[in-house]
Amino acid sequence: MSGASQVLQLTDPLPLDGGSELAQAEIAYETYGTLADDRSNAILICHALTGDQYVASTHPVTGKPGWWERMVGPGKPIDTDRYFVVCANVIGSCMGSSGPASLASDGKPYAMRFPVITIRDMVRGLVALLDALGIERLHAVVGGSMGGMQALSLAANWPERATRVLVIASTSRHSAQNIAFHELGRQAVMADPNWCGGDYYAADAQPDSGLAVARMAAHITYLSEEALTEKFGRNLQDRETKSFGFDADFQVESYLRYQGSGFTRRFDANSYLYITRAMDYFDLAEEHGGKLADAFAGTTARFCLVSFDSDWLYPTSESRHVVHALNAAGAAVSFVELSAPHGHDSFLLDVPALDRVVKGFLE
Amino acid sequence: MSVLRPDLAAIAEAIAPGTRVLDIGCGDGTLLGELRATKQVDARGIEIDPACVERCVAQGLSVVQGDADSALADYPDKGFDYAVLSQTLQTARRPDLMLDQLLRVGKQAFVSFPNFAHWRTRAALMFGGRMPVTRSIPVSWYETQNIHHVTVKDFRELAREKGARIEREWFFAGEKPVAGASNLRAEFAVFLLSR
Repeated sequence: MSGASQVLQLTDPLPLDGGSELAQAEIAYETYGTLADDRSNAILICHALTGDQYVASTHPVTGKPGWWERMVGPGKPIDTDRYFVVCANVIGSCMGSSGPASLASDGKPYAMRFPVITIRDMVRGLVALLDALGIERLHAVVGGSMGGMQALSLAANWPERATRVLVIASTSRHSAQNIAFHELGRQAVMADPNWCGGDYYAADAQPDSGLAVARMAAHITYLSEEALTEKFGRNLQDRETKSFGFDADFQVESYLRYQGSGFTRRFDANSYLYITRAMDYFDLAEEHGGKLADAFAGTTARFCLVSFDSDWLYPTSESRHVVHALNAAGAAVSFVELSAPHGHDSFLLDVPALDRVVKGFLE
Repeated sequence: MSVLRPDLAAIAEAIAPGTRVLDIGCGDGTLLGELRATKQVDARGIEIDPACVERCVAQGLSVVQGDADSALADYPDKGFDYAVLSQTLQTARRPDLMLDQLLRVGKQAFVSFPNFAHWRTRAALMFGGRMPVTRSIPVSWYETQNIHHVTVKDFRELAREKGARIEREWFFAGEKPVAGASNLRAEFAVFLLSR
Protein backbone atom coordinates (compact mmCIF):
# COMPACT_ATOMS: atom_id res chain seq x y z
CA MET A 1 0.00 0.00 0.00
CA SER A 2 2.55 2.59 -1.06
CA GLY A 3 3.94 4.20 -4.16
CA ALA A 4 2.08 6.10 -6.83
CA SER A 5 -1.64 6.63 -6.33
CA GLN A 6 -4.32 5.89 -8.83
CA VAL A 7 -5.09 8.93 -10.93
CA LEU A 8 -8.45 9.84 -12.42
CA GLN A 9 -8.27 11.92 -15.56
CA LEU A 10 -11.43 14.01 -15.83
CA THR A 11 -12.81 14.04 -19.36
CA ASP A 12 -14.94 17.15 -18.91
CA PRO A 13 -13.42 20.47 -17.87
CA LEU A 14 -13.94 21.17 -14.16
CA PRO A 15 -15.95 24.42 -13.72
CA LEU A 16 -14.50 26.72 -11.05
CA ASP A 17 -16.07 29.31 -8.75
CA GLY A 18 -13.70 31.95 -10.13
CA GLY A 19 -15.47 31.71 -13.50
CA SER A 20 -12.86 29.75 -15.44
CA GLU A 21 -12.52 26.01 -15.78
CA LEU A 22 -9.76 23.49 -15.36
CA ALA A 23 -9.20 21.39 -18.47
CA GLN A 24 -7.96 17.81 -18.19
CA ALA A 25 -7.88 17.91 -14.44
CA GLU A 26 -6.36 14.95 -12.66
CA ILE A 27 -7.36 13.62 -9.25
CA ALA A 28 -4.91 11.34 -7.46
CA TYR A 29 -6.48 9.09 -4.86
CA GLU A 30 -6.03 6.09 -2.60
CA THR A 31 -8.66 3.58 -1.58
CA TYR A 32 -8.76 1.10 1.29
CA GLY A 33 -11.13 -1.80 1.88
CA THR A 34 -13.71 -3.18 -0.53
CA LEU A 35 -16.71 -1.44 -2.04
CA ALA A 36 -19.86 -3.42 -1.22
CA ASP A 37 -21.97 -4.77 -4.09
CA ASP A 38 -24.66 -2.21 -3.34
CA ARG A 39 -21.98 0.53 -3.04
CA SER A 40 -23.36 1.59 0.32
CA ASN A 41 -20.22 1.41 2.45
CA ALA A 42 -18.05 4.19 1.02
CA ILE A 43 -16.49 6.80 3.28
CA LEU A 44 -14.78 9.83 1.79
CA ILE A 45 -12.02 11.29 3.95
CA CYS A 46 -11.04 14.86 3.12
CA HIS A 47 -7.54 15.97 3.98
CA ALA A 48 -6.29 19.18 5.59
CA LEU A 49 -4.18 22.00 4.12
CA THR A 50 -0.90 20.14 3.82
CA GLY A 51 -2.38 16.63 3.93
CA ASP A 52 -2.72 14.25 1.04
CA GLN A 53 -4.37 11.03 -0.09
CA TYR A 54 -2.01 8.85 1.97
CA VAL A 55 -4.38 8.70 4.91
CA ALA A 56 -3.50 5.15 5.87
CA SER A 57 -0.57 4.20 3.66
CA THR A 58 3.10 5.09 3.63
CA HIS A 59 3.90 8.51 2.25
CA PRO A 60 6.00 8.01 -0.92
CA VAL A 61 8.24 11.03 -0.27
CA THR A 62 8.76 10.94 3.49
CA GLY A 63 8.37 7.20 4.02
CA LYS A 64 6.28 8.02 7.09
CA PRO A 65 3.03 6.23 7.98
CA GLY A 66 -0.26 7.62 6.69
CA TRP A 67 -1.40 10.81 8.40
CA TRP A 68 -4.46 9.22 10.09
CA GLU A 69 -3.38 5.61 10.52
CA ARG A 70 -4.45 5.74 14.14
CA MET A 71 -8.03 6.32 12.92
CA VAL A 72 -8.21 4.45 9.59
CA GLY A 73 -7.43 0.78 9.02
CA PRO A 74 -8.59 -2.75 9.80
CA GLY A 75 -10.35 -2.73 13.20
CA LYS A 76 -9.76 1.02 13.61
CA PRO A 77 -12.62 3.51 14.25
CA ILE A 78 -12.91 3.98 10.48
CA ASP A 79 -12.72 0.26 9.88
CA THR A 80 -11.45 -0.68 6.43
CA ASP A 81 -12.70 -4.24 7.02
CA ARG A 82 -16.22 -2.76 6.87
CA TYR A 83 -15.93 0.44 4.90
CA PHE A 84 -14.53 1.36 1.51
CA VAL A 85 -12.42 4.40 2.29
CA VAL A 86 -11.56 6.91 -0.42
CA CYS A 87 -9.07 9.73 0.09
CA ALA A 88 -8.04 12.02 -2.74
CA ASN A 89 -5.48 14.76 -3.08
CA VAL A 90 -7.34 18.06 -3.51
CA ILE A 91 -6.87 20.06 -6.69
CA GLY A 92 -4.34 22.82 -6.15
CA SER A 93 -2.16 20.46 -4.12
CA CYS A 94 1.01 18.71 -5.20
CA MET A 95 0.72 14.96 -4.60
CA GLY A 96 -0.59 13.94 -8.00
CA SER A 97 -3.75 16.00 -8.44
CA SER A 98 -3.75 19.01 -10.73
CA GLY A 99 -2.06 21.99 -9.15
CA PRO A 100 0.30 24.83 -9.95
CA ALA A 101 3.20 22.39 -10.46
CA SER A 102 1.22 20.44 -13.09
CA LEU A 103 1.95 20.99 -16.74
CA ALA A 104 -0.36 23.31 -18.64
CA SER A 105 -1.26 22.76 -22.30
CA ASP A 106 1.99 24.45 -23.37
CA GLY A 107 3.99 21.75 -21.63
CA LYS A 108 5.27 24.09 -18.90
CA PRO A 109 4.14 24.14 -15.27
CA TYR A 110 1.11 26.30 -14.65
CA ALA A 111 2.83 28.11 -11.76
CA MET A 112 0.78 31.24 -11.08
CA ARG A 113 -1.25 30.69 -14.24
CA PHE A 114 -3.13 28.01 -12.31
CA PRO A 115 -6.61 29.39 -11.58
CA VAL A 116 -7.41 30.47 -8.03
CA ILE A 117 -9.63 27.75 -6.59
CA THR A 118 -12.07 27.48 -3.70
CA ILE A 119 -13.00 24.79 -1.21
CA ARG A 120 -16.13 24.15 -3.30
CA ASP A 121 -13.93 23.66 -6.39
CA MET A 122 -11.93 21.05 -4.49
CA VAL A 123 -15.17 19.29 -3.56
CA ARG A 124 -16.39 19.50 -7.16
CA GLY A 125 -13.29 17.51 -8.06
CA LEU A 126 -14.03 14.99 -5.30
CA VAL A 127 -17.62 14.60 -6.49
CA ALA A 128 -16.31 13.91 -10.00
CA LEU A 129 -14.17 11.19 -8.46
CA LEU A 130 -17.18 9.69 -6.66
CA ASP A 131 -19.06 9.71 -9.98
CA ALA A 132 -16.18 7.88 -11.64
CA LEU A 133 -16.09 5.31 -8.83
CA GLY A 134 -19.86 4.77 -9.14
CA ILE A 135 -20.55 5.99 -5.59
CA GLU A 136 -23.86 7.81 -5.60
CA ARG A 137 -24.28 8.20 -1.86
CA LEU A 138 -21.54 8.04 0.73
CA HIS A 139 -22.01 6.25 4.03
CA ALA A 140 -20.13 9.27 5.40
CA VAL A 141 -17.90 12.17 4.50
CA VAL A 142 -15.27 12.85 7.16
CA GLY A 143 -12.77 15.64 7.55
CA GLY A 144 -10.71 17.58 10.05
CA SER A 145 -9.66 21.23 9.69
CA MET A 146 -9.76 22.06 5.94
CA GLY A 147 -11.12 18.55 5.46
CA GLY A 148 -14.06 19.57 7.63
CA MET A 149 -14.67 22.57 5.38
CA GLN A 150 -14.87 20.21 2.42
CA ALA A 151 -17.26 17.92 4.29
CA LEU A 152 -19.52 20.92 5.08
CA SER A 153 -19.28 22.14 1.49
CA LEU A 154 -20.24 18.72 0.16
CA ALA A 155 -23.19 18.55 2.56
CA ALA A 156 -24.37 22.02 1.56
CA ASN A 157 -23.86 21.83 -2.19
CA TRP A 158 -24.35 18.13 -2.93
CA PRO A 159 -26.73 17.20 -0.09
CA GLU A 160 -27.82 13.94 -1.72
CA ARG A 161 -24.26 12.58 -1.77
CA ALA A 162 -23.68 11.80 1.93
CA THR A 163 -25.75 10.15 4.65
CA ARG A 164 -23.42 11.22 7.46
CA VAL A 165 -21.20 14.28 7.77
CA LEU A 166 -18.42 14.29 10.36
CA VAL A 167 -16.62 17.60 10.85
CA ILE A 168 -13.70 17.78 13.28
CA ALA A 169 -11.90 20.93 14.48
CA SER A 170 -13.21 23.00 11.62
CA THR A 171 -15.21 26.08 10.73
CA SER A 172 -17.78 27.38 8.26
CA ARG A 173 -15.72 30.50 7.49
CA HIS A 174 -12.22 31.82 7.87
CA SER A 175 -11.92 34.51 10.52
CA ALA A 176 -9.82 37.66 10.19
CA GLN A 177 -7.22 36.01 12.42
CA ASN A 178 -7.19 32.87 10.25
CA ILE A 179 -6.71 34.98 7.12
CA ALA A 180 -4.01 37.05 8.83
CA PHE A 181 -1.89 34.00 9.67
CA HIS A 182 -2.26 32.68 6.13
CA GLU A 183 -1.28 36.03 4.66
CA LEU A 184 1.86 35.96 6.81
CA GLY A 185 2.71 32.57 5.31
CA ARG A 186 2.05 33.66 1.75
CA GLN A 187 4.12 36.80 2.15
CA ALA A 188 6.99 34.74 3.53
CA VAL A 189 6.89 32.55 0.40
CA MET A 190 6.60 35.47 -1.99
CA ALA A 191 9.37 37.40 -0.24
CA ASP A 192 11.79 34.55 -0.90
CA PRO A 193 13.99 35.67 -3.84
CA ASN A 194 13.85 32.11 -5.16
CA TRP A 195 10.09 32.32 -5.55
CA CYS A 196 10.54 34.33 -8.81
CA GLY A 197 6.86 35.13 -9.23
CA GLY A 198 6.11 31.43 -8.94
CA ASP A 199 8.35 30.39 -11.87
CA TYR A 200 10.90 28.39 -9.96
CA TYR A 201 10.19 24.86 -11.16
CA ALA A 202 13.10 24.74 -13.64
CA ALA A 203 15.50 26.66 -11.39
CA ASP A 204 18.20 25.14 -9.22
CA ALA A 205 16.96 26.89 -6.10
CA GLN A 206 13.42 26.68 -4.75
CA PRO A 207 11.70 29.12 -2.36
CA ASP A 208 12.39 26.75 0.51
CA SER A 209 13.28 29.31 3.16
CA GLY A 210 10.07 31.27 2.53
CA LEU A 211 7.97 28.12 2.62
CA ALA A 212 9.74 26.95 5.77
CA VAL A 213 8.95 30.23 7.55
CA ALA A 214 5.31 29.92 6.43
CA ARG A 215 5.18 26.43 7.87
CA MET A 216 6.84 27.48 11.13
CA ALA A 217 4.27 30.22 11.68
CA ALA A 218 1.38 27.94 10.78
CA HIS A 219 2.72 25.17 12.99
CA ILE A 220 2.52 27.45 16.02
CA THR A 221 -1.19 27.94 15.32
CA TYR A 222 -1.72 24.17 15.29
CA LEU A 223 -0.45 23.76 18.86
CA SER A 224 -1.70 25.07 22.17
CA GLU A 225 0.50 27.18 24.39
CA GLU A 226 0.16 24.43 26.99
CA ALA A 227 1.44 21.83 24.52
CA LEU A 228 4.44 23.97 23.56
CA THR A 229 5.27 24.65 27.19
CA GLU A 230 4.85 21.01 28.13
CA LYS A 231 6.99 19.80 25.25
CA PHE A 232 9.77 22.40 25.28
CA GLY A 233 9.43 24.92 28.06
CA ARG A 234 12.52 27.12 27.95
CA ASN A 235 14.80 24.14 27.49
CA LEU A 236 17.99 24.69 25.53
CA GLN A 237 18.89 22.58 22.51
CA ASP A 238 22.06 20.46 22.85
CA ARG A 239 23.85 23.07 24.93
CA GLU A 240 24.37 24.07 28.52
CA THR A 241 24.15 27.84 28.14
CA LYS A 242 22.79 30.43 25.76
CA SER A 243 25.07 31.14 22.80
CA PHE A 244 24.51 34.90 22.74
CA GLY A 245 23.89 34.50 19.02
CA PHE A 246 21.03 33.64 16.72
CA ASP A 247 21.49 29.93 16.51
CA ALA A 248 18.58 27.75 17.58
CA ASP A 249 19.40 27.99 21.29
CA PHE A 250 15.97 26.89 22.44
CA GLN A 251 14.47 23.48 21.75
CA VAL A 252 11.32 25.11 20.44
CA GLU A 253 13.36 26.98 17.82
CA SER A 254 15.12 23.85 16.73
CA TYR A 255 11.81 22.01 16.53
CA LEU A 256 10.19 24.69 14.39
CA ARG A 257 13.19 24.83 12.05
CA TYR A 258 13.03 21.07 11.67
CA GLN A 259 9.30 21.23 10.94
CA GLY A 260 9.86 24.01 8.40
CA SER A 261 12.67 22.36 6.47
CA GLY A 262 11.00 18.94 6.53
CA PHE A 263 7.91 20.47 5.02
CA THR A 264 9.75 21.95 2.04
CA ARG A 265 10.87 18.48 1.00
CA ARG A 266 7.30 17.31 0.51
CA PHE A 267 5.29 20.38 -0.42
CA ASP A 268 5.18 22.85 -3.29
CA ALA A 269 5.34 26.53 -2.34
CA ASN A 270 2.81 27.59 -4.97
CA SER A 271 0.37 24.93 -3.78
CA TYR A 272 0.68 26.45 -0.32
CA LEU A 273 -0.35 29.82 -1.76
CA TYR A 274 -3.33 28.40 -3.65
CA ILE A 275 -4.70 26.22 -0.88
CA THR A 276 -4.38 28.85 1.84
CA ARG A 277 -6.20 31.25 -0.51
CA ALA A 278 -9.01 28.74 -0.99
CA MET A 279 -9.37 28.44 2.79
CA ASP A 280 -9.41 32.22 3.22
CA TYR A 281 -12.15 32.54 0.61
CA PHE A 282 -14.26 29.93 2.42
CA ASP A 283 -17.50 31.31 3.85
CA LEU A 284 -20.29 28.81 3.54
CA ALA A 285 -22.98 31.32 4.56
CA GLU A 286 -21.86 33.79 1.90
CA GLU A 287 -22.32 31.09 -0.75
CA HIS A 288 -25.92 30.69 0.42
CA GLY A 289 -27.29 34.21 0.60
CA GLY A 290 -25.56 35.15 3.85
CA LYS A 291 -27.51 32.76 6.08
CA LEU A 292 -25.68 29.64 7.17
CA ALA A 293 -28.89 27.77 8.02
CA ASP A 294 -29.97 28.17 4.39
CA ALA A 295 -26.86 26.23 3.32
CA PHE A 296 -28.36 23.18 5.00
CA ALA A 297 -32.06 23.70 4.26
CA GLY A 298 -33.83 20.42 3.65
CA THR A 299 -30.79 18.27 4.38
CA THR A 300 -31.51 14.69 5.41
CA ALA A 301 -27.93 13.93 6.44
CA ARG A 302 -26.89 13.34 10.04
CA PHE A 303 -24.15 15.66 11.23
CA CYS A 304 -21.56 15.34 13.95
CA LEU A 305 -19.25 18.18 14.89
CA VAL A 306 -16.31 17.84 17.24
CA SER A 307 -14.12 20.60 18.63
CA PHE A 308 -11.21 20.60 21.07
CA ASP A 309 -11.03 22.86 24.09
CA SER A 310 -7.38 23.76 23.41
CA ASP A 311 -7.87 24.58 19.69
CA TRP A 312 -7.54 28.35 19.25
CA LEU A 313 -7.29 28.19 15.45
CA TYR A 314 -10.83 26.90 14.94
CA PRO A 315 -12.24 27.24 18.45
CA THR A 316 -15.39 25.62 19.84
CA SER A 317 -17.39 28.78 19.12
CA GLU A 318 -16.95 28.14 15.37
CA SER A 319 -18.33 24.61 15.68
CA ARG A 320 -21.21 25.91 17.79
CA HIS A 321 -21.97 28.46 15.09
CA VAL A 322 -22.41 25.59 12.61
CA VAL A 323 -24.46 23.57 15.11
CA HIS A 324 -26.73 26.55 15.64
CA ALA A 325 -27.34 26.80 11.89
CA LEU A 326 -27.96 23.06 11.58
CA ASN A 327 -30.48 23.21 14.44
CA ALA A 328 -32.21 26.14 12.79
CA ALA A 329 -32.40 24.07 9.60
CA GLY A 330 -33.90 21.18 11.58
CA ALA A 331 -30.99 18.89 10.77
CA ALA A 332 -30.01 15.93 12.93
CA VAL A 333 -26.83 17.15 14.59
CA SER A 334 -24.55 16.03 17.36
CA PHE A 335 -21.81 18.14 18.84
CA VAL A 336 -19.19 17.55 21.47
CA GLU A 337 -16.25 19.59 22.69
CA LEU A 338 -13.52 17.17 23.68
CA SER A 339 -10.81 17.96 26.17
CA ALA A 340 -7.35 17.47 24.70
CA PRO A 341 -4.12 19.31 25.39
CA HIS A 342 -2.61 19.46 21.91
CA GLY A 343 -4.47 22.38 20.32
CA HIS A 344 -5.77 22.23 16.75
CA ASP A 345 -3.58 19.21 15.95
CA SER A 346 -5.56 17.17 18.52
CA PHE A 347 -7.62 15.71 15.68
CA LEU A 348 -4.52 13.93 14.39
CA LEU A 349 -3.20 12.84 17.76
CA ASP A 350 -4.00 10.38 20.51
CA VAL A 351 -7.45 11.40 21.82
CA PRO A 352 -9.32 8.18 22.74
CA ALA A 353 -12.64 10.06 23.15
CA LEU A 354 -12.40 11.13 19.51
CA ASP A 355 -11.94 7.50 18.45
CA ARG A 356 -15.13 6.55 20.31
CA VAL A 357 -17.14 9.42 18.85
CA VAL A 358 -15.99 8.68 15.29
CA LYS A 359 -16.65 4.95 15.62
CA GLY A 360 -20.05 5.50 17.23
CA PHE A 361 -21.19 8.12 14.76
CA LEU A 362 -20.33 5.95 11.77
CA GLU A 363 -22.36 2.97 13.06
CA MET B 1 -39.77 0.09 29.72
CA SER B 2 -39.43 -1.33 33.18
CA VAL B 3 -35.81 -0.20 33.34
CA LEU B 4 -36.75 3.48 33.00
CA ARG B 5 -37.12 5.74 35.99
CA PRO B 6 -40.87 6.12 36.71
CA ASP B 7 -41.03 9.74 35.50
CA LEU B 8 -39.25 8.78 32.26
CA ALA B 9 -41.49 5.73 31.83
CA ALA B 10 -44.57 7.97 32.15
CA ILE B 11 -43.14 10.37 29.56
CA ALA B 12 -42.15 7.56 27.19
CA GLU B 13 -45.61 6.03 27.48
CA ALA B 14 -47.36 9.34 26.75
CA ILE B 15 -45.33 10.31 23.68
CA ALA B 16 -47.05 9.62 20.35
CA PRO B 17 -45.14 7.47 17.83
CA GLY B 18 -43.25 9.09 14.96
CA THR B 19 -42.98 12.52 16.60
CA ARG B 20 -40.04 14.88 17.07
CA VAL B 21 -38.70 15.02 20.61
CA LEU B 22 -36.05 17.22 22.23
CA ASP B 23 -34.76 15.98 25.59
CA ILE B 24 -33.02 18.77 27.50
CA GLY B 25 -30.45 17.37 29.89
CA CYS B 26 -30.72 13.95 28.24
CA GLY B 27 -27.87 12.37 30.22
CA ASP B 28 -26.60 9.21 28.59
CA GLY B 29 -29.62 9.06 26.27
CA THR B 30 -31.73 6.51 28.17
CA LEU B 31 -35.08 8.12 27.32
CA LEU B 32 -34.10 9.05 23.76
CA GLY B 33 -32.85 5.55 23.05
CA GLU B 34 -36.07 4.06 24.41
CA LEU B 35 -38.22 6.46 22.37
CA ARG B 36 -36.29 5.73 19.22
CA ALA B 37 -36.63 1.98 19.73
CA THR B 38 -40.28 1.82 20.78
CA LYS B 39 -41.89 4.92 19.27
CA GLN B 40 -39.74 5.57 16.18
CA VAL B 41 -39.39 9.19 17.20
CA ASP B 42 -36.90 11.65 15.74
CA ALA B 43 -34.98 12.00 18.97
CA ARG B 44 -32.68 14.92 19.78
CA GLY B 45 -30.94 15.91 22.97
CA ILE B 46 -28.97 18.58 24.79
CA GLU B 47 -26.50 17.51 27.47
CA ILE B 48 -23.76 19.39 29.29
CA ASP B 49 -21.48 16.48 30.23
CA PRO B 50 -19.14 15.58 27.30
CA ALA B 51 -18.79 11.97 28.48
CA CYS B 52 -22.58 11.58 28.32
CA VAL B 53 -22.71 13.21 24.88
CA GLU B 54 -20.04 10.79 23.72
CA ARG B 55 -22.15 7.83 24.87
CA CYS B 56 -25.21 9.27 23.12
CA VAL B 57 -23.34 9.77 19.85
CA ALA B 58 -21.99 6.25 20.12
CA GLN B 59 -25.63 5.04 20.17
CA GLY B 60 -26.35 7.03 17.05
CA LEU B 61 -28.41 9.66 18.91
CA SER B 62 -28.25 13.30 17.84
CA VAL B 63 -27.13 15.13 20.95
CA VAL B 64 -25.55 18.55 21.21
CA GLN B 65 -23.24 19.41 24.07
CA GLY B 66 -24.47 22.55 25.74
CA ASP B 67 -25.86 24.25 28.79
CA ALA B 68 -29.65 23.92 28.98
CA ASP B 69 -29.88 27.51 30.23
CA SER B 70 -28.45 28.93 27.00
CA ALA B 71 -28.54 26.21 24.32
CA LEU B 72 -32.34 26.24 23.95
CA ALA B 73 -32.21 29.69 22.42
CA ASP B 74 -30.61 28.08 19.32
CA TYR B 75 -33.73 26.12 18.42
CA PRO B 76 -36.54 27.37 16.18
CA ASP B 77 -40.10 27.94 17.43
CA LYS B 78 -42.26 24.81 17.69
CA GLY B 79 -39.57 22.73 15.99
CA PHE B 80 -40.49 19.75 18.17
CA ASP B 81 -43.69 17.97 19.04
CA TYR B 82 -42.39 17.54 22.59
CA ALA B 83 -39.71 19.21 24.66
CA VAL B 84 -38.71 17.14 27.69
CA LEU B 85 -37.11 18.51 30.84
CA SER B 86 -36.68 15.71 33.33
CA GLN B 87 -35.28 16.44 36.79
CA THR B 88 -33.54 19.53 35.47
CA LEU B 89 -35.94 22.44 36.12
CA GLN B 90 -34.75 22.79 39.70
CA THR B 91 -31.12 23.11 38.50
CA ALA B 92 -31.81 25.96 36.07
CA ARG B 93 -30.61 29.47 36.78
CA ARG B 94 -34.07 30.78 35.90
CA PRO B 95 -36.69 28.00 35.84
CA ASP B 96 -39.36 30.48 34.72
CA LEU B 97 -37.39 31.49 31.64
CA MET B 98 -36.55 27.88 30.89
CA LEU B 99 -40.25 27.03 30.98
CA ASP B 100 -40.84 29.80 28.43
CA GLN B 101 -38.16 28.29 26.18
CA LEU B 102 -39.61 24.79 26.56
CA LEU B 103 -43.05 26.01 25.54
CA ARG B 104 -41.51 27.91 22.64
CA VAL B 105 -39.48 25.05 21.07
CA GLY B 106 -42.03 22.32 21.82
CA LYS B 107 -45.69 22.14 20.90
CA GLN B 108 -46.02 20.35 24.22
CA ALA B 109 -43.59 20.14 27.11
CA PHE B 110 -42.94 17.48 29.74
CA VAL B 111 -41.46 18.69 33.01
CA SER B 112 -40.52 16.40 35.88
CA PHE B 113 -39.03 17.44 39.21
CA PRO B 114 -38.66 16.32 42.83
CA ASN B 115 -41.44 17.77 44.98
CA PHE B 116 -39.98 19.77 47.87
CA ALA B 117 -43.34 19.66 49.72
CA HIS B 118 -43.30 15.86 50.11
CA TRP B 119 -44.07 14.99 53.73
CA ARG B 120 -40.60 13.55 54.36
CA THR B 121 -39.01 16.81 53.25
CA ARG B 122 -41.43 18.81 55.35
CA ALA B 123 -40.77 16.58 58.34
CA ALA B 124 -37.01 16.76 57.94
CA LEU B 125 -37.14 20.54 57.95
CA MET B 126 -39.77 20.83 60.64
CA PHE B 127 -38.35 18.33 63.09
CA GLY B 128 -34.70 18.30 62.11
CA GLY B 129 -34.43 22.02 61.57
CA ARG B 130 -31.97 21.42 58.76
CA MET B 131 -32.09 21.37 54.95
CA PRO B 132 -33.64 18.02 54.07
CA VAL B 133 -31.60 15.13 52.71
CA THR B 134 -34.12 12.50 51.65
CA ARG B 135 -34.60 9.72 49.13
CA SER B 136 -35.77 12.21 46.48
CA ILE B 137 -33.36 15.00 47.50
CA PRO B 138 -30.27 12.98 48.36
CA VAL B 139 -27.51 15.63 48.27
CA SER B 140 -26.59 18.13 50.99
CA TRP B 141 -27.49 21.78 50.48
CA TYR B 142 -23.90 22.86 49.85
CA GLU B 143 -23.21 20.49 46.98
CA THR B 144 -26.62 19.89 45.43
CA GLN B 145 -27.24 20.99 41.85
CA ASN B 146 -30.81 21.84 42.88
CA ILE B 147 -30.62 25.57 43.23
CA HIS B 148 -34.34 26.25 42.84
CA HIS B 149 -36.40 23.81 44.88
CA VAL B 150 -40.02 23.68 43.83
CA THR B 151 -43.26 22.10 45.04
CA VAL B 152 -46.21 20.75 43.09
CA LYS B 153 -48.25 23.76 44.18
CA ASP B 154 -45.52 26.21 43.13
CA PHE B 155 -45.24 24.59 39.73
CA ARG B 156 -48.96 24.75 39.09
CA GLU B 157 -48.84 28.44 39.93
CA LEU B 158 -45.88 29.06 37.60
CA ALA B 159 -47.63 27.19 34.79
CA ARG B 160 -50.73 29.32 35.32
CA GLU B 161 -48.66 32.55 35.28
CA LYS B 162 -47.04 31.45 32.04
CA GLY B 163 -50.40 30.77 30.44
CA ALA B 164 -49.59 27.07 30.10
CA ARG B 165 -52.34 24.47 30.15
CA ILE B 166 -51.73 21.31 32.16
CA GLU B 167 -52.68 18.48 29.80
CA ARG B 168 -51.72 15.58 32.05
CA GLU B 169 -49.98 15.00 35.36
CA TRP B 170 -48.38 12.06 37.12
CA PHE B 171 -47.18 11.69 40.69
CA PHE B 172 -44.86 9.09 42.19
CA ALA B 173 -43.56 8.06 45.58
CA GLY B 174 -40.54 5.92 44.86
CA GLU B 175 -41.62 3.63 42.02
CA LYS B 176 -45.32 3.79 42.89
CA PRO B 177 -47.95 6.14 41.49
CA VAL B 178 -49.66 8.47 43.94
CA ALA B 179 -53.31 9.41 43.69
CA GLY B 180 -54.58 12.39 45.69
CA ALA B 181 -52.91 14.86 48.07
CA SER B 182 -50.05 15.02 45.59
CA ASN B 183 -48.30 18.01 47.11
CA LEU B 184 -47.95 16.08 50.34
CA ARG B 185 -47.54 12.52 49.09
CA ALA B 186 -45.61 12.79 45.81
CA GLU B 187 -41.82 12.58 45.79
CA PHE B 188 -41.73 13.26 42.05
CA ALA B 189 -44.13 15.01 39.72
CA VAL B 190 -44.46 14.96 35.94
CA PHE B 191 -46.51 17.51 34.03
CA LEU B 192 -47.44 17.67 30.37
CA LEU B 193 -48.00 21.30 29.36
CA SER B 194 -49.07 23.12 26.25
CA ARG B 195 -49.50 26.75 25.31
